[in-house]
Amino acid sequence: MGFFIEVLFGGFLAGVLYALVALGFVLIFKASGVFNFAQGAMVLFAALSLVRLLEWLPLPLALAASVLIMIAFAFVVERLVLRPLVNQEGIILFMATIGVSYFIDGFGQTIWGSDVYKLDIGLPNEPVFILESVFEGGVLVNAFDLVAAVIAGLLVAVLAIFFQKTRIGRALRAVADDHQAAQSVGIPLRDIWVIVWSTSGIVALVAGIVWGSALGVQFSISLVALKALPVLILGGFTSVPGAIVGGLIIGAGEKLAEVYIGPFFGGGIENWFAYMLALLFLLVRPQGLFGERIIERV
Amino acid sequence: MLYREAGQFKTSYDDDQAVFPIRQDRWGMAFILAVAYVALPFFATDYFITSIMIPFLIYALAAIGLNLLTGYCGQVSLGTGGFMAVGAYAAYNLAIRVPELNLIVVFILSGGAAAMVGVVFGIPSLRIKGFYLAVATLAAQFFLDWAFSRIKWFTNYTPSGSVAAPPLDIFGFAINTPDRRYFLILVIVTVMALAAKNLVRGRVGRSWMAIRDMDIAAEIIGIRPLRAKLSAFAVSSFFAGVAGALWAFLHLGAWEPLAFDINRSFLLLFMVIIGGLGSILGCFLGAAFILMVPLALNQIPTALGMPLSTAMISHLEFMIFGALIVFFLIVEPHGLARLWALGKEKLRLWPFPH
Repeated sequence: MGFFIEVLFGGFLAGVLYALVALGFVLIFKASGVFNFAQGAMVLFAALSLVRLLEWLPLPLALAASVLIMIAFAFVVERLVLRPLVNQEGIILFMATIGVSYFIDGFGQTIWGSDVYKLDIGLPNEPVFILESVFEGGVLVNAFDLVAAVIAGLLVAVLAIFFQKTRIGRALRAVADDHQAAQSVGIPLRDIWVIVWSTSGIVALVAGIVWGSALGVQFSISLVALKALPVLILGGFTSVPGAIVGGLIIGAGEKLAEVYIGPFFGGGIENWFAYMLALLFLLVRPQGLFGERIIERV
Repeated sequence: MLYREAGQFKTSYDDDQAVFPIRQDRWGMAFILAVAYVALPFFATDYFITSIMIPFLIYALAAIGLNLLTGYCGQVSLGTGGFMAVGAYAAYNLAIRVPELNLIVVFILSGGAAAMVGVVFGIPSLRIKGFYLAVATLAAQFFLDWAFSRIKWFTNYTPSGSVAAPPLDIFGFAINTPDRRYFLILVIVTVMALAAKNLVRGRVGRSWMAIRDMDIAAEIIGIRPLRAKLSAFAVSSFFAGVAGALWAFLHLGAWEPLAFDINRSFLLLFMVIIGGLGSILGCFLGAAFILMVPLALNQIPTALGMPLSTAMISHLEFMIFGALIVFFLIVEPHGLARLWALGKEKLRLWPFPH
């Protein structure tokens, strides 16, 4: 039982990391209907910027500079990619973001280098035992994972307040509901897109900090984005809580499957289990757990 | 002045339905085929044949497969690499387990195997579309990658997981020199490209395009989405499977599952977008273009006297591919093939402006 809980916890905490990436997807999809394949590349780019800037700047300055870089990136994307492609089909925009993702993968590694960098901003990293009163010997978890979970929770709370209570947040929700209606009551669409891409850039930075501290900042981070896709399908493309819950389910599901079912198939099923889970889910509930819109039937 | 069809009258239905209705196009095509079949094997170096022409032709074939699905039927697929892998491993297993089979039969059967797998992974397309389908095809890619690296039967229990093609021969000719391999590939690609061209001009292709343009309207005029979509998946995967078998047997010789990973799928998608969605010619242009970029990046800076490191080249490659994709999607969504068509239009009028 203790082992089961440990695996489950490990899975949840991996799930938190997936959820952090998925959150960036959801923000952009909600506000602009763009499925941003470049989210993973943005995570890598943000983390690389931070880790290299930390070499000459103290932490607060480096953080501020990374945030500025992500905002500048949002401006550039809006100007060079989104604006010329306005009113195109979603799938064209999706392919364009694949292009963006390749571009910033290359660009980030050209200017910041492509080694594995160690990111240490003082997050705790020692194992702790919890639930000792419940089980014999307790459950071993990593303090770092708990911090990551707290960060994810905080981020969701901040985003929720931002969306519900601020003027900009209200404008964002209006745009998400209906582009044309929002525009006709005077909400500037372009500014909104810059804001939402900046927000998801900042979410990418947070995800990059957490992933980077766990694994080191390296190219493989950008592949995490691919793991966030089944999370989105499970949680629904338009729901922030869905991203979190979906992340937890996928994370826990794939770890448990790897440990308990994996040996029958020769192991390594982590790589595709999440996708198969998402596919099965699509057949039953195509809009995801918390998704709003039912996808158009074909 | 040269490219003008004045005086060429279509006097029969056959003329009207010809693949290349304009005489200059037919000559151009004949010239290209003559160069490909006669001149290149005689005059080109082995290096040019093995590292440019062979990958170019195979990529073009796989790109045709993807283009049939994405460009003509409108179903985005990120799993082409996986379907190529199915073709490659099917060919391997057929060749070592049933050695008496003719190589051509092996290629056709491995295409058939890929087609069956393609249909299975195409089934979700009946319920979902757009990004959801893209994710579903990604599932195919990851699952197939895993299957070929973990299920030992596919690799005939080789300990390293990498397999090698057996010695190949066809009707008693050993396929062992670059020229012979090139020739075999060229014949297959010519036949299949012609088949694809005719497929998309005919009933099947039109039903795919109707589904792509508006599925509901297509259904109302009597096209069955089930049949159209699954046939697109089947034909597309057949092409990808044959391309995979050729890639493994005639280009790589020995390979492991990594040869067909997700980057291969993206690369093929880029070829299709840059070459032109919904164009057979575009597949060849796109494949040539994507192959040329790394070569140019290798050669030009060295020629200018400032050689780049390999890491730098691969990063620049990423940047250039990414920027080109965005550029083409914005400026010319129909890609190089459309530019070529525009050029021909201009040429018809030249030297007059209108």
